[in-house]
Amino acid sequence: MLGDYTLQNVVMGALLLGAISGVLGSFAMLRRQSLLGDTLSHAALPGVCLGFIMAGSREMGSLMAGALGTGAVAALMVVLLTRYSRLKTDAALGIVLSTSFALGVVLLTFIQGMNNAAQGGLNAFLFGQAAATLRSDLLLMAGITALALILVLGLWKEFKLICFDPGFARAQGLPVLLLEVVLTVMIALAVVVGLQMVGVVLMAAMVIAPAVAARQWSPRLEVMVPLAALFGMAAGVSGALISTLGRGLATGPLIIICVSGFVLVSLLLAPRRGLLWEAAFRLRQRRRLRQQQLLTRLYRQASWHGEPRRGSGRKLADDDCDPRTRRVVRQLEQRGLVGCHDRHWMLTAEGHEAAARILAQLEGRAT
Amino acid sequence: MSNRLHEPGLALHVEDLTVSYHGKPVLWDIDFDIPPGVMAAIVGPNGAGKSTLIKSVLGLIPPMAGHVTLFGRPYRAQRKRVGYVPQRSSVDWDFPTTALDVVTMGLYGQLGWLRWPGRRERRRAMEALAMVGMQDFAGRQISQLSGGQQQRVFLARALVQQADIYLLDEPMAGVDATTERAIVELLQRLRDEGRTVIVVHHDLQTVRCWFDWLLMLNVRVVAQGPVEQVWTAENLRRTYGGQIALLDGDTSITAPAGPAARASGAS
Ligand SMILES: Nc1ncnc2c1ncn2[C@@H]1O[C@H](COP(=O)(O)OP(=O)(O)O)[C@@H](O)[C@H]1O
Ligand SMILES: [Mg+2]
Repeated sequence: MLGDYTLQNVVMGALLLGAISGVLGSFAMLRRQSLLGDTLSHAALPGVCLGFIMAGSREMGSLMAGALGTGAVAALMVVLLTRYSRLKTDAALGIVLSTSFALGVVLLTFIQGMNNAAQGGLNAFLFGQAAATLRSDLLLMAGITALALILVLGLWKEFKLICFDPGFARAQGLPVLLLEVVLTVMIALAVVVGLQMVGVVLMAAMVIAPAVAARQWSPRLEVMVPLAALFGMAAGVSGALISTLGRGLATGPLIIICVSGFVLVSLLLAPRRGLLWEAAFRLRQRRRLRQQQLLTRLYRQASWHGEPRRGSGRKLADDDCDPRTRRVVRQLEQRGLVGCHDRHWMLTAEGHEAAARILAQLEGRAT
Repeated sequence: MSNRLHEPGLALHVEDLTVSYHGKPVLWDIDFDIPPGVMAAIVGPNGAGKSTLIKSVLGLIPPMAGHVTLFGRPYRAQRKRVGYVPQRSSVDWDFPTTALDVVTMGLYGQLGWLRWPGRRERRRAMEALAMVGMQDFAGRQISQLSGGQQQRVFLARALVQQADIYLLDEPMAGVDATTERAIVELLQRLRDEGRTVIVVHHDLQTVRCWFDWLLMLNVRVVAQGPVEQVWTAENLRRTYGGQIALLDGDTSITAPAGPAARASGAS
């Protein structure tokens, strides 16, 4: 199956797209510009249309040049709007996004009205048409990806610093604006890589999703960025392979579904940050507190009775206490901290020690 | 313009500095000097422009007018001699990085393009962390640190630069008393080594025992000079207006009982 020429192309394209969008998306997300990928990809649509109108055919080079051109204009608009108006970045991104997408759709309908035979499949750029990827397209995509990876490796510490603390970076003499422009232009280039594969509408997810998933798993930028690339590539290949299972299954959306799956799993399960992980952690914590609370209660009651290890005066037997206490007693019994004597629950020697330790700790903290 | 020195005897010299945001003046015609080897406090009410002043000194905000020199030269030429501690709230502490990593960032400027920090940089960063008592937290993710610990990491990032002038923006904000003491002692040690320490400070109670130079700011410079000369009820009133209710009864303000002295009874 992997011997299939088209599939080979699609898989390679998906790998390249996953790598570049994972890496650049990480930096965009950390600069709190997750929407940047969204805006730049929607801004690519009018560019693609303009490229088509000028070239008169679906020639990849001119389409990409057009996409890059309008992407650059959009990025410039965002920078100018945030700098010289009171708009916040997200509002500026939103405005530029919707304006350029509307422009793109208008151009698209205009082209469809031209009755040009070559227009066939131009609206594939909306959702991608991975199967149409050619070797020459791949070469271009590989070149762009390599350039982005080299730049990120070379400027790693600079990019890291402008994401974390741009003010400090400028005080250190770094050309922060220039570095930000470089990052933005590279994201526009990544959009060009994704154009053929997933299309302008879904490209945004490709930029954000691998980074969001990777952030869940690692507290180190040095791990997070490669991980994001890995997630992107894995999603790309999975999507490509799944699309071969049925006739006419679109590769692009499948890739996005796969990467969204990664995000979902990461949001739920990742240690420390995952929702389920956190819930489980809190549950364990609460159970431990309940046990400690019961231990110290028994300890206090035992010392009232003047007998070091005697349990509560009243029966703490199954039928006598509420289900929750009963459950906690069972847990403590399993841990060997309480035992049943004479139908009374009592602290064992270990339980006695444990309770004393807990109380000592509490007092230590209070002082 | 040549490279002739302008006021080389002063650690920091600010002349005619005016800064505005969206046409609203935030600093107006600021003139002040700070001699080398002092520990200076910048005080003023919220929104007085203290942070803006620090940022303008560092060239982060273009001024409408005026100029700044450090030991006689503009900031661009003295970058390596200046250490900067921004307000802690100015960054996202959920950023995926460790305490040691943040301190290493203080060396990025010296490291030059394309070079990755190596063992030597890490060792120096460790030393700086040890100076603020944070060596045991080197590998800790920064969101797992308390506010005081984060502040000390920021301080270590400036220390690692081994600067001659340190500019710190509210380094004692949201920090417990022990940490505050440790930070002050560290800063005083820096001063005793002959460095100049300039601190935006929010706690009027401690100004007189910790600092030896004072700049009172509220859009304009209200007063500047050695603390014992500048610390008067009149100056405090002119800086804080009616807002002042922060002084203990025993604060021995030398001026006749003015509004500030009366206000001080309230606290
Ligand atoms: N980036 C900004 N854009 C617009 N106004 C600002 C900006 N930063 C500060 N200001 C305004 O400038 C004034 C001074 O701010 P700042 O220097 O932070 O004061 P301080 O540090 O003394 O509390 C405030 O009124 C604040 O609202
Ligand atoms: Mg401030």
